Amino acid sequence: MTQTAFLNLVLPFKDKMYRLAKRLLVSNEEAEDATQEILLKLWTNKTKIAGYNNTEAFAMTMTKNYCFDRLKSKQAQNLRIVHNNYKDESTALQKQIEQKDSLDWIDKLMQQLPKQQQMVMQLRDIEQYEFADIAKVLDMKETAIRVSLSRARKTIREQLIKKHNYGIK
Amino acid sequence: MELNNIEKIIEKYLEADTSIAEEKELRSYFSSENVAPHLEQYKYLFQYFTIAKNETSSKSVPLKPRKNHFKWLTVAASLVLAIGFYTFSEVKTNNQEEEALQAYYQTKEALQLLSSNFNTGTEKMLYLNKFDNTKNRIFKTNH
Repeated sequence: MTQTAFLNLVLPFKDKMYRLAKRLLVSNEEAEDATQEILLKLWTNKTKIAGYNNTEAFAMTMTKNYCFDRLKSKQAQNLRIVHNNYKDESTALQKQIEQKDSLDWIDKLMQQLPKQQQMVMQLRDIEQYEFADIAKVLDMKETAIRVSLSRARKTIREQLIKKHNYGIK
Repeated sequence: MELNNIEKIIEKYLEADTSIAEEKELRSYFSSENVAPHLEQYKYLFQYFTIAKNETSSKSVPLKPRKNHFKWLTVAASLVLAIGFYTFSEVKTNNQEEEALQAYYQTKEALQLLSSNFNTGTEKMLYLNKFDNTKNRIFKTNH
């Protein structure tokens, strides 16, 4: 497989991998490193690519696993603390007051969801995957995915309504 | 789009029963200007989804180039090493030869000096011979 053929295969879902990694790892840099790492892994094992049924699903699963490894590693735990510290409470408050910045708010709401719900929501609502594809990526049953997704959506909606009515009711 | 219909889809959406097409409908409805006020909170959610989908990784994919560079670097390094080793050893052997030659000439000179000194010594020894001869002559006549 030539380099251009590989890139043509990989580029359509490279950003999807990045976004999934970012959803799980929060930090931009970490997510970019993860994407790069997985693409390199795919490239070094390029002879096996023809054997995969669905390269995209395979790559997404790799991304998911890699991100979980990163989150488990000690280094990432340090990073997370730093990251949480980095988010200054005062600016967050200001943004809440500003109301307009609801998008940031949704981002934070999503971060509070369990990792699995985050992934399901990322793949369905943002990447618009079919349930069958999500099942392949996450190695879950479709019914379980639906339950998880429904929970995630409802939680987000409740939080949004709460926020929307803040100070009114 | 009928508001009733949208509300129904939202119900289904929350139960995760919507198809991709229905979700697209929701998206287009909430990206439009006239969203019903009681559905306002969903507007941000769907806006967020569309924005989140446009996020891209800015880092390029490093495939062969980096590896290639490394390979060529090793080749270059070994070449430099080989050339360096060769020239250095060449210089070293040249130096050794010169040194040896110099030492040879120096010892030769020293030996020549020594031998010439010896020769002056032997010249003086000729007198001893004469002395011996005359001594012999005297002793013979006395016998």
